[in-house]
Amino acid sequence: MAPTQADHEAPLTALHHLEYAYRRSLGPVLGRFFAGLRERTICGIRTRAGRVLVPPAEYDPDTGEATGEDFVDVGPGGTVTTWTWVSKPRAKQPLQHPFAYALIKLDGADTNFLHAVDALAESRMRTGMRVRPRWRSEPRGEIADIACFEPET
Amino acid sequence: MRDVAIVSFAQSAKARETRNEVEILMPVVHEAVRNSKLSRQEIGFTCSGSSDYLQGQSFAFVGALDAVGAWPPIKESHVEMDGAWALYEAWIKIQTGDVDSALVYSFGKSSPGDLPEILALQLDPYTMTPLWPDAHSLAALQARAYLEATGKSERDLARVVARSLSSAVANPHAVVSGVLDIDKLLAEPYVCSPLRAHDLPPITDGASAMVVVAGDRARQVCARPVWIRGFDHRIEPLGLGLRDLTRSASTEIAAQKAGVHKSKVDFAELHAPYSHQELILRAALGLGEGVAINPSGGALASHPLMVAGLIRIGEAASRIMAGRGDRAVAHATQGPCLQQNLVCVLEGD
Amino acid sequence: MELVKSITTPVVLDYEYVTGRAQSRFLRGIAQGRILGQRCVECRRVYVPSRGACARCGVRTEEELQVSDKGTVTTFCIVRVPSENLSFKPPYVCAAVLLDGADIPFMHVLQECALEDVRMGMRVQAVWVPKEQLGPTMSSIRYFKPIAEPDAEYDSFKEHL
Repeated sequence: MAPTQADHEAPLTALHHLEYAYRRSLGPVLGRFFAGLRERTICGIRTRAGRVLVPPAEYDPDTGEATGEDFVDVGPGGTVTTWTWVSKPRAKQPLQHPFAYALIKLDGADTNFLHAVDALAESRMRTGMRVRPRWRSEPRGEIADIACFEPET
Repeated sequence: MRDVAIVSFAQSAKARETRNEVEILMPVVHEAVRNSKLSRQEIGFTCSGSSDYLQGQSFAFVGALDAVGAWPPIKESHVEMDGAWALYEAWIKIQTGDVDSALVYSFGKSSPGDLPEILALQLDPYTMTPLWPDAHSLAALQARAYLEATGKSERDLARVVARSLSSAVANPHAVVSGVLDIDKLLAEPYVCSPLRAHDLPPITDGASAMVVVAGDRARQVCARPVWIRGFDHRIEPLGLGLRDLTRSASTEIAAQKAGVHKSKVDFAELHAPYSHQELILRAALGLGEGVAINPSGGALASHPLMVAGLIRIGEAASRIMAGRGDRAVAHATQGPCLQQNLVCVLEGD
Repeated sequence: MELVKSITTPVVLDYEYVTGRAQSRFLRGIAQGRILGQRCVECRRVYVPSRGACARCGVRTEEELQVSDKGTVTTFCIVRVPSENLSFKPPYVCAAVLLDGADIPFMHVLQECALEDVRMGMRVQAVWVPKEQLGPTMSSIRYFKPIAEPDAEYDSFKEHL
């Protein structure tokens, strides 16, 4: 078929696939956090003021001081402080059926932890509900060692 | 402090452009420079705001200089930020006395990639990005926390949407606008509860440009230059779990440092990509019911990422220049859930 | 507890890239075996590939013309660093080629040439893919090869370095 005026004018498009992987060194604080995940434990770090930060941070966000080494095991259970429902998960998200993202206050923590909750139905999600981690069968020392959280009851 | 004024502003926005970034940006830059009445050679400094991640190519921002012309060589800088922060850098450079005027521009096409997913790259790479939470989901976490903490309702969000999109009818650059019934809005399904599609920013491709000039030269080239009377920006920690998402502490501080309430505020242009964020910002800036918010329609009507903040400043300036107000607050935001906020106080002679 | 030393964080993003008007015209020309350029109305320079804008003057370029697929090597380097996705095996020559009629050189690869023979001023010509394989992509030009013409005088390209 002879090209039309429109064919000549329509701009060309192409798919651009960008893919790269960085290997990130962790340092002593995150290195400890991920080592804990590998053992199916979650840790935070206590600041000088006594606040337990989860995940642990190298510096106290309130004062800028280095946090040191006062690691504290938290959870494993916790309370949902806010949530939303993902009805059409994207391929890279933690679950491939509808699920919730939530900010979770793990028992013993003073800050909130972002993760997915496999509640199976939006109607089961509630601020204040109790959740616990579901561990990956072979933890490797990364955040996905927690496959997701699930309702405690 | 040197007095610095906005003397011209231009913008372009479309839901999905088939032009590339240079083709979109060039006419906008030309319009801003032409309307400034300064020659290209007189403009002392050029500063841009954009994000290479929208194009998926490192150093993509350099290509945009084709729209600007860089010969003889120019003093130029760039921030991987909304153009509002490029304006801040230009303002600082003028304060140092190094230059007396600047061209500020910003551009971005949100349509080529999956923008809510791309924005997961601005999160903590160790503990958050690997979960790939999209930007809409994170905003929804904030929205629910806000509603539950304050007792505001989804109807309050719908009111923000209805008012914004109604104001946008008069804005030729709006990509979404209309007179909408609040009950019909509330009958729409959630996209990520408690947010519905109209609570989210529309995918938009666009650009904007602005010329600023110091001192009396501004009055020579512009009938009513718009003076920057206060300018400040603050940032909160990256970790969402470390922050109180129900208020904007950084906006509160920036507002105080910029002197928002030194005198009466006639109207405000607030960069609230999500409807609930307008309510948070309004409270943080201490703007009462008498202050009109987003007469342009705001970010719910048009949201070219990396441009929308500079557009808030430009829209406010244009309104003052046209004599439809004397003193306004413009605001811009970056990062997840209002992590970083800029406040700019503008006043006409 | 033995600390975890590092984690790998893969990033995968997909974009639908739109080339823009000038580049679309350029690539459609390539699909016909033609190399197109555009001339700036102010400085009169011819840009190849067409880019819709003059980087010096900051104005649109609209006047379109065809340039030769023969040109001059203005500068070059020999690439010895291996990389994924390379269609040429290192070491190979990456050259800036100023096509006859253009004011801006562009990058391509030289083949059919001993590394030690490459020089500034060398005359080269495009080697295209077979006609039936032409498409709107720079890979329609496989590489450039030297041709039997006297080297270009330095003065003829010194402004284009």
